[in-house]
Amino acid sequence: MRATDGKLLAVNSTGCLEVFSTPYPESSWQLPWLHSLFGNGPAVAAGVAAALRARGRDDIRVIGQAGDGGTVDIGFGTLSGMFERNDDVLFVCYDNEGYMNTGVQRSGATPPAATTANTKALGPEPGNAFGQGKNVPLIAMAHEIPYVATATVAELRDLEYKVERAMSFRGARYLHVFVPCPLGWGAASADTIKLARLVKETGMFPVFEAERGEVTEVSRIRRQVPVEDYLRPQRRYAHLFGDPGRPDSVARLQASADRNIARFGLLPEGTRDGEALRDHPRHRLQPCQQDRLVAHRARGLHEPDAAVQRRLPGRGEHPGLALRG
Amino acid sequence: MEDNPFPAIMGRVCYHPCETACNRGQLDEAVGINSVERFVGDEAIRQGWTVSVDVPPTGRHVLVVGAGPSGLSAAYHLARRGHTVTIREAGPMAGGMMRFGIPRYRLSRDVLDAEVRRILDLGVTLELDAKVTDLMALKDEYDAVFLAVGAQLGRRTYIPAGSAAHVLDAVDMLRDLETGEKPLLGRKVAVYGGGNTAMDAARTAKRLGASEAVVVYRRTQDRAPAHESELAEAEDEGVLFKWLTTIKQVDAGKLVVERMELDDSGFPQPTGELDELDADSLVLALGQETDLSLLDGVPGLVVDDGVVAVGPDLMTGCPGIFAGGDMVPYERSVTVAIGHGKRAARHIDAWLSGAAPEPVARPAPATFDTLNTWYYADAPRSHRAVLDRARRESTFDEVVLGHDESTALLEARRCMSCGNCFGCDNCYGVCPDNAVIKLGRPGESYLIDLDYCKGCGLCVAECPSGAIQMFPEEI
Ligand SMILES: Cc1cc2nc3c(=O)[nH]c(=O)nc-3n(C[C@H](O)[C@H](O)[C@H](O)COP(=O)(O)OP(=O)(O)OC[C@H]3O[C@@H](n4cnc5c(N)ncnc54)[C@H](O)[C@@H]3O)c2cc1C
Ligand SMILES: Cc1ncc(C[n+]2csc(CCOP(=O)(O)OP(=O)(O)O)c2C)c(N)n1
Ligand code: SF4
Ligand code: SF4
Ligand code: SF4
Repeated sequence: MRATDGKLLAVNSTGCLEVFSTPYPESSWQLPWLHSLFGNGPAVAAGVAAALRARGRDDIRVIGQAGDGGTVDIGFGTLSGMFERNDDVLFVCYDNEGYMNTGVQRSGATPPAATTANTKALGPEPGNAFGQGKNVPLIAMAHEIPYVATATVAELRDLEYKVERAMSFRGARYLHVFVPCPLGWGAASADTIKLARLVKETGMFPVFEAERGEVTEVSRIRRQVPVEDYLRPQRRYAHLFGDPGRPDSVARLQASADRNIARFGLLPEGTRDGEALRDHPRHRLQPCQQDRLVAHRARGLHEPDAAVQRRLPGRGEHPGLALRG
Repeated sequence: MEDNPFPAIMGRVCYHPCETACNRGQLDEAVGINSVERFVGDEAIRQGWTVSVDVPPTGRHVLVVGAGPSGLSAAYHLARRGHTVTIREAGPMAGGMMRFGIPRYRLSRDVLDAEVRRILDLGVTLELDAKVTDLMALKDEYDAVFLAVGAQLGRRTYIPAGSAAHVLDAVDMLRDLETGEKPLLGRKVAVYGGGNTAMDAARTAKRLGASEAVVVYRRTQDRAPAHESELAEAEDEGVLFKWLTTIKQVDAGKLVVERMELDDSGFPQPTGELDELDADSLVLALGQETDLSLLDGVPGLVVDDGVVAVGPDLMTGCPGIFAGGDMVPYERSVTVAIGHGKRAARHIDAWLSGAAPEPVARPAPATFDTLNTWYYADAPRSHRAVLDRARRESTFDEVVLGHDESTALLEARRCMSCGNCFGCDNCYGVCPDNAVIKLGRPGESYLIDLDYCKGCGLCVAECPSGAIQMFPEEI
């Protein structure tokens, strides 16, 4: 709301967000808000943007919102269309890694090994299968839309900054927000933020920004922890740690986190300074992208302090508590 | 200064037990509370801060005996509560051991004078060279008395000494130096004792030109009562140590010493092995005792083990007579002495008015496990610079230097504000139910709307400073 001066219109797909914010006949949305179906949020949002354009109201901005099911699965076709047409919409996916509203079913964003109502801890590969699922932030980047970013609820200032940044662009923008679901994951409510913090610190969920298909900034890991620290507090991974447990699966999850770390250059400043990105044999970024990262670094954009200051308006009074950007 | 009239002094001589307790010590290194206190105290002097008496005069008159830290602190707090205060001091200047014990290289006299002046400016009367010899004769002129005569007498031990042997006492030596008499120590000086006074005596001897200063102590280094930092500073200045050693005999130019051995209980036992040690003089630093002769005939007053017994309110067995500092059975430090002065003032005030003393609110300490240290920036501690060695050996300039403003601010910001809300908005941001209301009023910035709070505990978990607590509801 602040990023758009209050001139904002929201389109929502079915999901938990609707369940708790709009129990009929009430609504907690204090802005024009539209619901159509589970699978067509991006299309409706694109339509609203087109209607506004037709009426010459380019001062009113549009956001679309959905859970990961509504985004990466059923709404995916319309999302891709919205990206492809570069419709002037910021689409936000609240990723709780499953269809939570309807009782914790697997989605294309459910991570390997996690148990859900339909990926039980049974059989030779208990929980969700390895090697499936999709990474929509990267797919969004492949559309070369103006802005793609990921964020977690553990870094609210960063999230705030990214929404503001997204609103400084016109055209299709995508923000993928990692949101732990205590109920669906079998975790303590009080650990919600902690888990979101750990997922980034393990490297399992890279937090970054990209413009027109190129990574422009990554939130580096501050205190790297093994994936186990993140997995253990969640009941959906309990089968990995039982007796005998599945150390092999844990190792596979660790390997995928390590791959993210190498691919996005997530290690703290000073530890590797981007070699991971340049030297890793499997890196996918093009040389021009690396140059860009290096250029950013040269401009100080990767210095934690510069990032912190930029993202934390008003935080100067208590630098003892500089939230990490 | 509400609590402590001596921040600049404390920022120099306090042994900072607070830093041992500081939670940040479990994260990286304790906050340099002492260095920040010194900066703040020095700033107050530099900017000429004054304090005022904001209550009407009570008409009550309190006598303080002794102008050491304890007496001065009591005078300060009594004066601020509207009482008339007279301090009687035996010596020629105020300060007690802060002036006549602690050497200048640890506490600049300009700082001492400035902080003492601030107390006297409250209208406290200070009578110098006015030793109290018979308290009973004076007592009735005052409504209450606070005794703070410290422990001035160097403890003696019997050591056979030749007629030409040069033996002196550490407290006498340090006092003489302060009153302008340069003690004659010779080139080789031995100091007997392992406490802070011994360190100061040895370091002073070096500064007075001794080529060698040896500390002789009967136990081992780790059992020496001197604080680690003072041992280290003495060592840096070239002071030598002879641990597990006692002195058997003193002659002109040399000492006969005996090697000791620790027994199973860690107590030193003689071995019979004798040795000689060259020394032109021997300085005894074996602790201090209190001269209690002024208390003869005070009814009800109990002396136990050479010190005056007091209750938790610091009142002696004689109603209306209170005592604190080195003359009562507590740890002997400037810090404790100042605290006693404040505590006594509170109880004297209550005793005079007949009311119960206002209770001191002491919230339970915020423990490390209640913090969420993720949110604090990595910030290594800044240590104070020290004077270079050449100047430490030849001058009495202050050894430990103060922080400049930016370093002091940086160090102060390392504080995690344990247990106290500092308005970071975390709870406001993370609450999934918007149950945290931001009031923005000073001292009352946030409120939890219990009608909306579901008790998930997220705010508690994510509050950096452990300022939120959750209790089960009583049904
Ligand atoms: C060499 C040395 C170094 C020290 N270093 C430190 C240090 O670094 N940090 C620390 O915390 N502590 C230190 N201490 C201990 C500290 O100085 C004392 O614990 C503290 O000064 C005690 O304060 P006080 O007010 O009780 O007594 P004192 O400071 O001893 O003051 C008592 C005052 O009463 C006066 N007096 C005595 N008898 C009478 C009388 N009959 N009538 C009138 N006046 C009288 C004395 O002249 C004196 O001025 C040190 C002590 C010594 C000896
Ligand atoms: C076409 C269609 N199929 C199924 C549903 C039932 N449905 C409603 S919400 C939902 C799951 C939503 O999951 P997700 O998008 O991940 O959001 P979450 O609830 O996890 O936030 C489902 C299956 C529906 N509303 N419409
Ligand atoms: S409040 Fe500050 S000084 Fe006190 S324990 Fe915590 S970090 Fe240390
Ligand atoms: S209570 Fe804790 S989390 Fe909330 S604003 Fe204060 S310090 Fe921050
Ligand atoms: S316990 Fe949970 S619901 Fe209650 S105020 Fe804290 S974060 Fe909000």
